Amino acid sequence: MEKTQNNRAWFLVIPVLILVAFSAVIPLMTVVNYAFNDTFGSNDFFWAGLEWFDEMIHSERLHGALGRQVMFSAIILAIEVPLGIFVALNMPKKGFWASFCLVLMALPLLIPFNVVGTIWQIFGRVDIGLLGRGLAALGINYNYTNNPIDAWATVIVMDVWHWTSLVALLCYAGLQSIPEAYYQAARIDQASRWSVFRYIELPKMKGVLLIAILLRFMDSFMIYTEPFVVTGGGPGNSTTFLSIDLVKMAVGQFDLGPAAAFSLMYFLVILLVSWVFYTVMTNMDKEAK
Amino acid sequence: MAQITLKNLAHSYLPNPTSEKDYALKEMDHVWQDGGAYALLGSSGCGKTTLLNIISGLLRPSHGRVLFGDLDVTDAATAERNIAQVFQFPVVYDTMSVRDNLAFPLRNRGMDPAYIKARVDHIAQMIGMEAMLSRKAQGLTADAKQKISLGRGMVREDVNAILFDEPLTVIDPHMKWELRTQLKQLHREFGHTMIYVTHDQTEALTFADKVVIMYDGRVVQMGTPEELFETPAHSFVGYFIGSPGMNFLEAQVEGDRATLSDGTVIALGADYAAVAGQIGIRPEYVSLGDEGLALTIRRIEDVGRHRLIRGEVLGKPLNVVLPEGVAVPASPRVSFAPQRINVYANDWRVAPRSPAERAA
Repeated sequence: MEKTQNNRAWFLVIPVLILVAFSAVIPLMTVVNYAFNDTFGSNDFFWAGLEWFDEMIHSERLHGALGRQVMFSAIILAIEVPLGIFVALNMPKKGFWASFCLVLMALPLLIPFNVVGTIWQIFGRVDIGLLGRGLAALGINYNYTNNPIDAWATVIVMDVWHWTSLVALLCYAGLQSIPEAYYQAARIDQASRWSVFRYIELPKMKGVLLIAILLRFMDSFMIYTEPFVVTGGGPGNSTTFLSIDLVKMAVGQFDLGPAAAFSLMYFLVILLVSWVFYTVMTNMDKEAK
Repeated sequence: MAQITLKNLAHSYLPNPTSEKDYALKEMDHVWQDGGAYALLGSSGCGKTTLLNIISGLLRPSHGRVLFGDLDVTDAATAERNIAQVFQFPVVYDTMSVRDNLAFPLRNRGMDPAYIKARVDHIAQMIGMEAMLSRKAQGLTADAKQKISLGRGMVREDVNAILFDEPLTVIDPHMKWELRTQLKQLHREFGHTMIYVTHDQTEALTFADKVVIMYDGRVVQMGTPEELFETPAHSFVGYFIGSPGMNFLEAQVEGDRATLSDGTVIALGADYAAVAGQIGIRPEYVSLGDEGLALTIRRIEDVGRHRLIRGEVLGKPLNVVLPEGVAVPASPRVSFAPQRINVYANDWRVAPRSPAERAA
């Protein structure tokens, strides 16, 4: 039988093409364009080649922001993942309190980022904030506006408060899928609490846990709104993370070329790490089979 | 090893049971002899698993005591009871190798590594998995996983009892036979008390010396396969054991005669006190001929070695096992072997009167 050839079917792809073009490809290409050209704002472009990339790669300012960013992501992952697992392990398995805990855990996730920032900004203020006044009353010298360590602590505690729920809820879902017989068998085998965690709970949580880590890594690596609202990147540059620095450069100083080169590299780093994660995860699945 | 005694045991999953209906297990007294091979047989939901979990300590009974030997273990944790249990669905530790899986219960008890190795090798040979010992347990087939579960259940030599909760459900028929034989052999070799839960009567009858039949949260009969077949203590046992199950007909019994609803008198093999109830007769002991009760044949099934006649007598279903080569008469009638008839009142078997009782 002869196949009908009708290339007009390709027209059906047009809506998607247009959508993707305007939502992703064209904006990205604009950034690429800025990254390789110099412009003075009047749509006059001068070819700059790799100059901006060269400048950015050797920029101490970017190195500083990247260092702080990596440290921030590492710290919040190191806190949120174990804490999330711990919370999930201790949540009730069924009944009224299970639903209650789920709702309670989901609440922070529902609050818009800038609201979270504002909450903590006010909460931590030494003059009117409950946390700030409270710590001061305890004799602790706390002021996130002029002490870098206090600023870091505030930003980290805020992120932990906001996002540990996500890790906990994902782990909880993983735990709920373990049949009761596994725990019974472990009791028969006289397994210790640690063995139960290590050989039953952790393997069953592995899949969701990796997704949780990936999500938390990406989100924290791109974090902007919350620290910006609380500390504005200060004191000094101490909480200026990559996004904050990027916005300062692009919008504040209007250095479009360097900012574009910066954002492309930023994008590539996230892409690279996500790809590594994805590869590791799929390889783990393959091993299983 | 120890004798397991259940004293006034009952269990309800409800916090405040009121009527008897609220109990998953009705009050019972039961003794599992040390070294016995028992099968716990009953339909789904009759309380078999509940009973097993109470013995292993996974569940605390709401009433009564559990004794191992003379020791009251009702409140003892599972680990202290030193019991092995194999579950219906395979439970393996995915991230461990097959070897580590088998060694796990021994390692948790801090056994000597050399002993563990020897023991694991022995068990692996028994379940036919020597070749796979260093493989990861993840990704094995369901029956391989279940064999590992069985192996883990048998790896400890010093257990008080090994409990099997329908362990062969997921295993294919050929392997089932093989594993059951291995279990029997293991039982003969080590003499562990074994309790084997199943709803498959063939499995129960081939595995056990004593079969315990449960019905609606109660142990209705414990006996050898022969006793269950010849003298079922409860009409449920009659139905459940044998295929097809026992035939029951409404009857008025007095002395050694039973009068059916249409007035037909049937001779019994023993003497009974006057009772209104049922007579029960196995299809194997019903013979087809020109005499007796008129049988309406509904269906004839040829099952190879014999034929099964499904019919009706006095409006009640009645099955007959017809040996090969016997022709079905044109107007079939059935008669019963008097010695094989049992009498039931309120579903429980009525024992015949002894000559002494008769005299009194």
